[in-house]
Amino acid sequence: MRNNLTGKTILIVAVLLVFVAGILGLPNGLSPAALKQAITDRIHLGLDLSGGTHLILQVMVQEAVGTTSDNDMARIQTDLQQAGATGATAVKPHPKSQPQVIKITGVPLDKENAVRSALDTHYATQYDIASSGENGYTLTMKPSVVTDIEQRALKQSIETIRDRIDRLGVNEPVIEEYGPGNYQILVELPGIDDPGRVKDVIQSTARLEIHEVLGGPYPDEQAALQANGGTLPPDGELVKSDDGSGTSGQYYLLRRVAVVAGSDFRDAQPSVDVNQRPDVSFILTRNGGDHFYQYTSSNIGKSMAIVLDNTVREVATIQGAIRDQGQISGGGFTKETAENLSLMLRTGALPASIHFLEERTVGPSLGADSIRAGVEAAAAGMIVVLLFMLVYYRGAGINADLALILNLIILLGFMGYTHATLTLPGIAGVILTIGMGVDSNVLIFERIREELRAGKSPSAAVEQGFAHAWLTIVDTHVTTIVSAAILFLFGTGPVKGFAVTLTFGLLANLFTAVFVSRVIFEANLNRKQRGEPISI
Amino acid sequence: MEFFHEVNVDWLGKKWYFLGFSLIFSISGLLSMFFWHGLPLGVDFQGGTLVYLKFEQTPQVDRIRQAADRAGLHNVKIQRFGRAADHEVIVSLPQRDTRESSLDSGRTTIVKTLQSNYSPHGASNSGKLDLDNATRESLAAFLTASDPLHIGNPTVEQVKYPQIAATILNFRDKDKGGLLDSISELQGRVDPAVIAALQQGAYLSGFTVRNVEIVGPQVGAQLRKQALLATLYSLAGMLVYLWFRFELIYGVAAVVAVFHDTLITLGAFSLSNRAITLTVIAAILTLIGYSMNDTIVVFDRIRENLRLVRRGSLSDIVNKSINQTLSRTVLTSGLTFLTVLCIFLFGGEVLNGFSFALVIGILIGTYSSIAVAAPMLVAYQDWRARRGKVAALPAAKRARTI
Repeated sequence: MRNNLTGKTILIVAVLLVFVAGILGLPNGLSPAALKQAITDRIHLGLDLSGGTHLILQVMVQEAVGTTSDNDMARIQTDLQQAGATGATAVKPHPKSQPQVIKITGVPLDKENAVRSALDTHYATQYDIASSGENGYTLTMKPSVVTDIEQRALKQSIETIRDRIDRLGVNEPVIEEYGPGNYQILVELPGIDDPGRVKDVIQSTARLEIHEVLGGPYPDEQAALQANGGTLPPDGELVKSDDGSGTSGQYYLLRRVAVVAGSDFRDAQPSVDVNQRPDVSFILTRNGGDHFYQYTSSNIGKSMAIVLDNTVREVATIQGAIRDQGQISGGGFTKETAENLSLMLRTGALPASIHFLEERTVGPSLGADSIRAGVEAAAAGMIVVLLFMLVYYRGAGINADLALILNLIILLGFMGYTHATLTLPGIAGVILTIGMGVDSNVLIFERIREELRAGKSPSAAVEQGFAHAWLTIVDTHVTTIVSAAILFLFGTGPVKGFAVTLTFGLLANLFTAVFVSRVIFEANLNRKQRGEPISI
Repeated sequence: MEFFHEVNVDWLGKKWYFLGFSLIFSISGLLSMFFWHGLPLGVDFQGGTLVYLKFEQTPQVDRIRQAADRAGLHNVKIQRFGRAADHEVIVSLPQRDTRESSLDSGRTTIVKTLQSNYSPHGASNSGKLDLDNATRESLAAFLTASDPLHIGNPTVEQVKYPQIAATILNFRDKDKGGLLDSISELQGRVDPAVIAALQQGAYLSGFTVRNVEIVGPQVGAQLRKQALLATLYSLAGMLVYLWFRFELIYGVAAVVAVFHDTLITLGAFSLSNRAITLTVIAAILTLIGYSMNDTIVVFDRIRENLRLVRRGSLSDIVNKSINQTLSRTVLTSGLTFLTVLCIFLFGGEVLNGFSFALVIGILIGTYSSIAVAAPMLVAYQDWRARRGKVAALPAAKRARTI
């Protein structure tokens, strides 16, 4: 039985070349340094090997829902006036726990139809509208609209954070959604092992708003309540002041809906005030400027508050109409905080605040040690297995060893092509692939030995050995790939890397242990006389 | 070379020994989980702060604790770990000291207190740069400020000093393992003027932060759920695959065996009080796949023999199948065990828990495919026979051969 193996051999050599190219790309030479550079260009080291910081952030998306319904509430209030329902008010009964619910009360009986039709025409696409009995209506934002706002808030947060981190000059950061549906963001910063400043810049929402001042300042919340007869007006909120100088703690009663906010700001630059202290000057967009002009020109003499991240930075009396430029002073800025703040204002505000859920930092010295240890362990494991196969199976051991080495080359080549990130668990995955890869060879060889013992000729034994072991090999590979797939679905960063390495290693193993190993066997048989024993 | 030649062991005759052995290990693990160490969940699942520190000299745990106490951290746990020669310590803060509003306050406090209270000349160094914990940014800023090379011109300076900082830190991290013995060690690597400036304005605190893990309480709960689900889905996935390829009872037997392995491995973690982290869960999922491998090889042979051998009791067939595959089982497990042992011995501290799980798991996984899964098939058939059903084991779906 002489098989023509030319085609198969060409295929194997082609695969070998393709994957060697995957590992090395086109190196700039053949010196060890050039080869090492070529490899590190293609296979990136994960944070656990290179050192760096891994952060998981939670976007408080319900705040974005609150902002939208705040704006709608203000529009509803205007619509109520226009419909003639003068005594009616729109409020959010539970602004914190149920930001999507707006309640309208006190609609006069004779205006019910006008109000209802106004609500239906303007808000029915976004809200479910129901009469609530007590001369009023309850508007609940539709779940699809809520999800939409939350998704947008997440996307916008990711964009904004990416923008900010890019401007800080971090190399190759990863910023992406983490675990769909939880509104979490994964941030990976290679080479940053003390993330202090980056975190400040990320976390600061930089929500800059200008609000109308309704009352204050009050020394504390109690005084504010007393001054307003026990209850706050429905459209007002108490905001603490902090001018950055440390003498803080006063409260102002502000109108909840901002005059200008986040997206109305076009540009911001660090500058200095009249006393040469650092401050930040800003420019409004055209729309925002028009709106601001309208407001300031009709409210001369009244007070307005510049609110940054829910803290009153500055309260100013409106001296005259302002169109599109202003400054945040109030002292307390250092050169760096002024620069940070203007950077954040330029990159846009975050639509909602950010909480840090997780932070992992790997120092660079640990990363270097881990690479050394991981590579040593892999080399030791590989040598043990290769030697054992040679000793135990003699001639066929060479066969298995070639298959294993090819397996490793394919695996690394695949990682090179996909620009995979090599993590420490990934190295473990490579080692495990070597250990498990040998399983297929052992299964086949043991079976061939069995067939030989049963008295079959070498070529028939090889034939039968492969045929019988094939089924078992498929079953074992599928089950392992199932568990690797589940690891991939549930795992995070490094664990995912491990799952990918393991899966591809197993697939490569099917090719090397079954196909390549068989071709080598047959080539061997071709050179022998019929019936001459094989070394196994 | 051959280790096993024509083995003929009555494995099923030893089933009571196997049962006893499995029970002893499972129950001691369970007892430890319930009454002794509990399930030692790592920071990934519990939330909290872990700071891995490496010291120049043997760390004095008591003094570290005192320093932490003075800074108001009263619940810290301080543990030596790794090889004694590496002088490494884990300082951990419980979840309630890890607030989501300022996640890394614990880390900062630990580093600050150690800098001022632990290191040899703590107090006199205030205002100086700690070169052992300096980042590239802070070192570059220090050099730019002191300007030892008198560059003056800010545009040149902006490139030059960060480069020097990178050279120094590369030497510290790659060649010295994170800690410098003395500042004069830098001689020959950077300009003497830079060394002089460092000797003036910097000091060595004798410790460095190797690794920090901070997990807020919310993530901990989320990860616990995910890990549990991943394990369960993985088991269910295998059950379905085996059901499809063999028969339901084969799937059940294999899943019971794998569950047994998982339980004993978790028990080993509890007994040795090692933290179960995310990578340990990854190892356990790998193990599930691996142990399933072993079981399938035996089952495949049983299925084949059921079709070949028409006479003989099921126990004989199962025994024969185990014996026929024994050589393969021992070889593969032995080799995989050796590679995993290499990771355990040489793979470094980060992979320690991961490789420990695999070392235990591969031993138990190999044992369980012979001692748990196969006997379960026979027990099932006996049970059916006692209930007067057809005695034969469902001969499994016909295997396709190529």
